[in-house]
Amino acid sequence: MVQLNGNSKTDALIQIRLLCKNYARGNESIEVLKNLNLDIDRGEFIAFMGPSGSGKTTLLNLIGGLDQPTSGSIVVDNYEITQISGRKLTEWRARHVGFIFQLYNLIPVLTAFQNVELPLLLTRLSKSQRREHVETVLSIVGLQDRMHYFPRQLSGGQEQRTAIARAIVSDPTFLLCDEPTGDLDRGSANEILELLSRLVKEFDKTILMVTHDPVTAAQAHTTLHLEKGLLIESAKRG
Amino acid sequence: MNTLSLMFVNFRRKRVRKLLTVCSFAIALFLFGVLAIIYDSFYQPIEVAGADRLIVQNKISIIMPLPYSYYEKLKRIDGIDLVSFAFWFGGVYQSERNFFMQFAVDTETWSQMFPEFIIPPEQLKAFTEDRQGCIIGQSLAKRFNWKVGDRIPLKGTIFPGVWEFNVRGIYQGKRLSDDTSQFWLQYKYLEENSEWLKGFVGWYYVHADDPDKTFEISRTIDTQFANSPFETVTVTEKAWTATFIKQFGNIRLLILLVGGVVFFTLLLITGSNMAMSIRERTGEIGIMKTLGFSGARILFMVLAESLIIALIGGGIGLILAEIFAMQGDPTGGLLTAFYLSPKNIGLGLIIAIMIGLAAGIIPAVQSMRLKIVDALRRV
Repeated sequence: MVQLNGNSKTDALIQIRLLCKNYARGNESIEVLKNLNLDIDRGEFIAFMGPSGSGKTTLLNLIGGLDQPTSGSIVVDNYEITQISGRKLTEWRARHVGFIFQLYNLIPVLTAFQNVELPLLLTRLSKSQRREHVETVLSIVGLQDRMHYFPRQLSGGQEQRTAIARAIVSDPTFLLCDEPTGDLDRGSANEILELLSRLVKEFDKTILMVTHDPVTAAQAHTTLHLEKGLLIESAKRG
Repeated sequence: MNTLSLMFVNFRRKRVRKLLTVCSFAIALFLFGVLAIIYDSFYQPIEVAGADRLIVQNKISIIMPLPYSYYEKLKRIDGIDLVSFAFWFGGVYQSERNFFMQFAVDTETWSQMFPEFIIPPEQLKAFTEDRQGCIIGQSLAKRFNWKVGDRIPLKGTIFPGVWEFNVRGIYQGKRLSDDTSQFWLQYKYLEENSEWLKGFVGWYYVHADDPDKTFEISRTIDTQFANSPFETVTVTEKAWTATFIKQFGNIRLLILLVGGVVFFTLLLITGSNMAMSIRERTGEIGIMKTLGFSGARILFMVLAESLIIALIGGGIGLILAEIFAMQGDPTGGLLTAFYLSPKNIGLGLIIAIMIGLAAGIIPAVQSMRLKIVDALRRV
């Protein structure tokens, strides 16, 4: 369930309160996010839409601990990430967040297997345990037969599936997807959306996705619009 | 895969650039190795020269002889426990290009005066018993492929005629830096066959029983022979060698200048290559940080990458320098102790590490401080 009114709701996975983010441009301060309130339950699939510069990616970056807000708080699983920084925040991100980007952002000199293994290098898993994890997630995304291919040898859809495997391999609490289908044709985009829906349904993952595409957004349980730094709920399904 | 192999994987990109960077390191360290060999060839003799040995030469010049009668007088001076002498032979083997040092020596005292040269006792005995005998250094034997029993003809330049010698022994140095390129013949053989040499020697070596007394001894010797037809100049072997090397000019400054310019250039090349390489991977570094790689780990990886390049290139350069040294002195006898010392190999590796660190530190710190959101914007 998603709530935008900021009412206390202690069992929500993500609780955002009075979140503000300003950017400085010269002497001018630009208010990108204005006092946002949002509660997101576990297992939700939410799409954020809005015009360019509306703050969608900024919001995602703040929830993912990639950036610090100007004011306000973000609590994930009862842990306030806006109060931590540096090494603790990095460790939290590695443990709890999976990132999926529009341009896949795979490391070109690593194979699909190695790209997926990358986050596991930060864990204490043994080599054989890492192998097991990587093979499992690659089979979930349907790339077990391409695991030793380099990104340049994969199609766009396959690259994005590898990126999804990398995002879920450490079993994060939630996934952040920034235009995950933005660089794909419709067929590949549908495959990716099906995969994301499967992750929500079968593996109870929580997904927050930024998109420009209404068709893509239609796959989510809830679509939220960001406009002039404010959130508006525009569609709710299921 | 682990963090180390992740660093090595980065060598797969921009291979030509990486190869050229490694090559520039290799060339620089090869040059360092060669300069170090040349430097040591000039300055090691000063280091290894006996601090307790003095050379007594004619005040006019080393090429002017001294009377043999000084031998007993020197022995009687307080503080001297051994006296020996030599004469420059100056023969030519086959061609003038085959230069090497030949000394007519006093067979009875020479090996005691220079204990750093190791001669098997039976070879020393054979040398003493054969008027035409000679002892040669190990590097000289290697240079001309001479062995014990060979007969060697030398054309005299100071002493006319062709002189023939039998190789009776081959000496080795106790240290790598000891000069093993010399040729020793018996002084008596020369004296018996040269009328004008009778009663004269080239110069004397005297050994002080206490190194602290060398200044006093040299003053005593020179005072004793002052105002005689054969006045002397007495200096320690160390000072004498240093003066001799000074004649070649300021080799030290030349080597430091060349080495300095080479390494500064190398630093600029490697530094710009590393910076370029990291700038190209800004987005990837952002991704790695997003995945949970800490700034410290990124710093370590970038620095390690720079160090790996430095060590591979530096290692290749030093191996090439060692191979070069193994070919022997290319000047045909000027550089007597021609080798790359373990100290210089270590120094070369330290220099490679320092340059690797210096070249990598700025991009490494920039990567560590890189904000993820800024890096992702550049993807």
